[in-house]
Amino acid sequence: MNSTPIRVLVTKIGLDGHDRGSRVVAAYLRDSGMEVIYTPPWQTIENVISLAEQEDVDVIGVSSLATDHLIVPDLMSELKSANLHHVAVVVGGIVPDNEHDMLNKAGVSKIFGPGTSKEEIVKCVTELGTGARKYKIDEGDFF
Amino acid sequence: MIDNDHNSQNKKTTLKKLLSGDVALLARAITLLETGGTKADNLAYKISANAGEALVIGFTGTPGSGKSSLINCLVKLLRDQGEKVAVLAVDPSSPLSGGAVLGDRTRMGEHTSDRNVFIRSVAARGHLGGLSIAIPSIIDVVDAAGWPIIILETVGTGQSETEIMELADIKVVVNAPGLGDDIQAIKAGVLEIGDVLVVNKCDQPLSDSLVQQLKSMLELRSSEKKNIPIIATSATEDIGIQELDKTIKNISLNLGNEYKAIRQANRLKGNLWRKTEQLFRYRLKEINSKKIEDILHQLRNGIISNGDAAEIILNLCVDKE
Repeated sequence: MNSTPIRVLVTKIGLDGHDRGSRVVAAYLRDSGMEVIYTPPWQTIENVISLAEQEDVDVIGVSSLATDHLIVPDLMSELKSANLHHVAVVVGGIVPDNEHDMLNKAGVSKIFGPGTSKEEIVKCVTELGTGARKYKIDEGDFF
Repeated sequence: MIDNDHNSQNKKTTLKKLLSGDVALLARAITLLETGGTKADNLAYKISANAGEALVIGFTGTPGSGKSSLINCLVKLLRDQGEKVAVLAVDPSSPLSGGAVLGDRTRMGEHTSDRNVFIRSVAARGHLGGLSIAIPSIIDVVDAAGWPIIILETVGTGQSETEIMELADIKVVVNAPGLGDDIQAIKAGVLEIGDVLVVNKCDQPLSDSLVQQLKSMLELRSSEKKNIPIIATSATEDIGIQELDKTIKNISLNLGNEYKAIRQANRLKGNLWRKTEQLFRYRLKEINSKKIEDILHQLRNGIISNGDAAEIILNLCVDKE
C-alpha cells in the first residue's frame, strides 16, 4: 500500500534532436512500473534542474547521440549547487570510450552504450532510484 | 529524549520552510502525500490549517482536446499579468505495469525555468474519476506553500469523470471538433459540470458546428444553467485566450464570500468518504480467508442471499478490532 513508483526524468540536453532512443527508453521504464517525466529534446541545463526539483525525481536519464554528453559535467555541478546531489544521473547513447572517465569522475552513475538490453537498463535504474529514494527518506523525513 | 526534541524542532523548521515556499520541499511533500500512510496523513493534517485560500481552476475534456496547450497559453497570460501560478497535471497510469509517461508538461516547456510557475505531473495510479487519490491533499499543500492560483488538469476524460467538480472552484470543459454529433452533446456527464465550455482548435473546419451543437444543448437546459459561456479558442494560433481569462476572472469575482467555506466543507466531506472507502478496502483484504470461504459456502448453497453475505462481510470489517 505505502510504496510509490520510482520517478525518472528522461531528457535530452544540448542541440541534438534525435529523440527515438529516449522515447524507447521512456517506454521501457513505464512498462517496468516507473513514472517517467518525458521531455522533448533541446532542454537547457537550467530546465533540467528545475524539472528535477519540481517533479522530485530519483533518477535523470540523459540521452546523447551527438556529443551532448560533453555538457553533462555542467549538469552534474548544477545539480550539486541546487542541493539535488542525491538524484542519480545515467547517460545513454553514444559516448566514446575515452570519455567515459570524464563522465564517471563528474558523478555520472552509469553509461549505457549501444546494445544495452532493456533488462540491464531497468535493473540499474531501479537500483539507483531505490537508493535515491532511501536517501531522501533518511535525510528529509522531517514533516 | 534529547534526540526527540531535536527531531521535533527540525520538523517544525521544515514545515515552516515548506509553508514559506521552498520548492524542493514542496515537491518532496507531494511525493510523500502520493505515497500515503501515517506520515502522509500527518502532513495533510498539519497543512490543512494553512490551506483553502487558493483559487482552483479545473480543466477537463477528452484526450487530445488541447487541455495542456490551452493551460500553457493561460499560464503565459497570467504571468504577463504578474500572477504566480501552479499547475497540477494528472496523466493516466498503466493498468498493466503501474508505470506512466507523464507528458502534459511538454506542452508547457516555456515555463519550466520560471520560478513563479510550479508544474507537477501526477500519475492517476489506478484511481478512476480523472484525478488521483492524493490530489485533494496535494492541492492543499500547494495552496499552503503560497501558490494563489492552482490550475488542475485531469486525465483525458470520457463522459463521467466528474470528480473535479468537488475540487475546482471553476470548471473549464475543453472540447475539440470532429468527435461526435448533437446527441453526444445532450448526454449526461462531463459537459454538465462546466462553468465554461471551450471549443478548442477553433481554426479547424468543424469547430463552428460544435459551437452550434453546444449552444443548442444549452437551450434545452433549465433557466439557471442556460447561461454558460462558450468560448472558441485555438491554443496553437493564440485565439480566444484573453476571452477565456476574462471569463474565468468574472466567474471568480461572482463566487461570493461564503464559497470558500462551503468548498472546504465539501472537500472535507469528499476526503472523508475517500479515506473511509480506502480503509474499508484495506480491511476487506484483512478478513480471515476461512471466514470468507464459509460465507461463500453458504451463498453457494442458497442459505443466505448476496445481500445477506455483503452485510455479514461489512460487519466483519467493523468488528475487526
